[in-house]
Amino acid sequence: MNVVSIKPEQLIESTARLIADGGRMQMAYAWYPEPGELELRYVASQANNPEFLVWRCRPKGPVPSLTATTPLLGWYEREISDLFGQQFVGQPEPYSLVLHPGAAPILPPLDPSYPASMPMPYVAKDGGIPDVESPDVQRLPFGPARADVVESAELIFFYVGERILYFHPQLFFKHRGMEKRFEGRSLTGAVVLAERVSGVGSFSHALAFCQAVEQAAGCAVPRRAQLLRTLLAELERLYNHLHYLGHLAHTTTLKVGEADGKLLEERAKQINARLTGSRFLRSLLVPGGLRRDLDPQLWFGEALEELRKDAATYTAMLESTNSHLDRLLTTGVLNEKVALDQGATGPIERASGLDRDLRRDHPYGAYAELPLAVPIETSGDAHARSQVRIAEIEASIALIERILLLLTDGPVYVECVGVPNSEGLGWAESPRGSLFYAVHFDAAGKIARVKIKSPSFSNWRVFPFTVHDSNMMDYAINEASFGLTVAGCDR
Amino acid sequence: MPLWTLFGLLNGNATTAWPHGGDDGQNGLLGMPRFAPERCAAGCEECAAVCPTAAIGVDRDRSGAERLSVDYGRCVVCQLCVEACPGDAAMPSHDWAFGTRDRSDLQLDGPRAERKTQAASRRDFRRSLHIRHIDAGSCNGCESELQALNNPFYNLHRFGIFFTPSPRFADLLLVTGPVTYAMRDPLLRAYEAMPEPRWVMAVGTCAVSGGMSGGSYACGNGLEGVLPVDIYLPGCPPNPAAIIEALLMFLDRAPQRVKGGRFVE
Repeated sequence: MNVVSIKPEQLIESTARLIADGGRMQMAYAWYPEPGELELRYVASQANNPEFLVWRCRPKGPVPSLTATTPLLGWYEREISDLFGQQFVGQPEPYSLVLHPGAAPILPPLDPSYPASMPMPYVAKDGGIPDVESPDVQRLPFGPARADVVESAELIFFYVGERILYFHPQLFFKHRGMEKRFEGRSLTGAVVLAERVSGVGSFSHALAFCQAVEQAAGCAVPRRAQLLRTLLAELERLYNHLHYLGHLAHTTTLKVGEADGKLLEERAKQINARLTGSRFLRSLLVPGGLRRDLDPQLWFGEALEELRKDAATYTAMLESTNSHLDRLLTTGVLNEKVALDQGATGPIERASGLDRDLRRDHPYGAYAELPLAVPIETSGDAHARSQVRIAEIEASIALIERILLLLTDGPVYVECVGVPNSEGLGWAESPRGSLFYAVHFDAAGKIARVKIKSPSFSNWRVFPFTVHDSNMMDYAINEASFGLTVAGCDR
Repeated sequence: MPLWTLFGLLNGNATTAWPHGGDDGQNGLLGMPRFAPERCAAGCEECAAVCPTAAIGVDRDRSGAERLSVDYGRCVVCQLCVEACPGDAAMPSHDWAFGTRDRSDLQLDGPRAERKTQAASRRDFRRSLHIRHIDAGSCNGCESELQALNNPFYNLHRFGIFFTPSPRFADLLLVTGPVTYAMRDPLLRAYEAMPEPRWVMAVGTCAVSGGMSGGSYACGNGLEGVLPVDIYLPGCPPNPAAIIEALLMFLDRAPQRVKGGRFVE
């Protein structure tokens, strides 16, 4: 990680140069290195360089918004405004994002002087949603409690007949203030917390957090732990992608396809439990390696091989079912330019022709020594998004089988403690895409700030661009094809 | 064009016979730790020190003797206490069926719960229960397991238990998450929309007590002080079999496994 100081007046010009050189912003966040002294951080990837570039910028008053040239930063700026009170001049959507209109904290809640357990006063009120005057346009607010067992979010449609004119997802009903909960926690407790930011991404979240701490502390994780971590990260991808396909079949009303996909997911989760004691691969990670060694015995390889065969049959059937494909092809097209500009990540960007994967471009764990296939599609529709995931299921199992051959005995833990005044950046290519943890330690070696960039935060920002000007019948299919979570986005 | 129906039929019945024999699907799953306070070393507070939700405490009674207190309603099953325990006072277990009718039954050797006698009003619902789920700010772990209830392995419908889209048709409000400030009103509105008799189930440690995220600037401590709770099911998340057991327990079709914070086989 290459940290560079930058003045607020240089921001616009430097960003233009970064993008012209093939770089891309990954996230922005704020923190207080000293009381009353706010610092902005911009994290960017550079072309053909595994090292991330980090700008730090101490604002003296409002700073220029970068959203006009780098649209994907729009939500980060709004989040910083909500949680830190920093203003951005020229922000095209100057509304609150993370905090709902009507939330009235006495101070911006991520200010260290805001008491950790003080609830915000709140009176619900409308805001941030465009007014529509034409009597022909219907407004349909759907949620936050929706039908079926789903996460809470309010989906607001403006539509005429079948045609959706404008779509606004009102998220952050589930904002729990998770980032502030990290402050002052022990490292082991912080891992438990990271595992609970997004349940179906438990392992990736804990992994990115641990890697950030390990970078800050400069500790080298033993090889066996690196291999096992990589194996577990791929197991997480496996059950998530199988769930995704079952759920997608649900939206195209392919009943047996739904049942079969969800049964495969259940088998993957049961394998997780038998191997690790947790269906969500929790309670294993710790900065420095793993809390205990794992022993993937013969049964594991056999169960995985059975799953591989059945998943291959299943996906081949999905891919040759016309009624299913008819609903996916040309649905919710995300073109490459929008995907790049708005910050799409993971299978979503890879289905729109963007060849990016943190496992390959910024290797961590044991990925550098593994043959990694990164499937890419270019049509950008719901079918492409499912094809990428189908190919990743196969690739994940191939990686796990490879790791089983490479595993040798050895330690799985080295001591790793917080170093005073240090910082680290951790990342993981989670099943849904790029996940970042930035961790800062204070002078006593305690956690002072944790910023979480979840993949769904990026992809929820992109998703409405595929919904505007589409139709109601395709909506559920399109949403399922994105495979979004709300908890990770809202935090 | 594949023949899905034929394919499904050829694959046979995937549903477990459990709880009437058969596989519960939780092979190897770690549950709530078991405690044997009598084995605690004097002055040892290792488990309490590592517990991220303050579920474990070491108190002193009137005579000054140390007493271990454990609140399973706060346990997030992280296993840190088991690893921290220098002796064998905290042990790993597979005890996951932790559904109780009374909050006090989740406290180790806590006050004896008064048995609630609402069975008469519940009797009409024994064979058919409709549930409205509200996510009040969970991490999506509980939702993942609730969604699994309808996969072919657990097949919740075979018990006559269904999820319903509308609170108007619901008998039971199933709540997950620590209740964020923005979800509090929608949650209360769903409860108000339900016909009586109506019941509330807190699923997951967040809904029972706030869990890892409770008590921040943005959320409360689960359903504490928000709604009256009829079934408590801590777990992080509770697995699908645990959810089924708790529902059957509520309908008087299965025994309550946990009494006074101790798991009865």
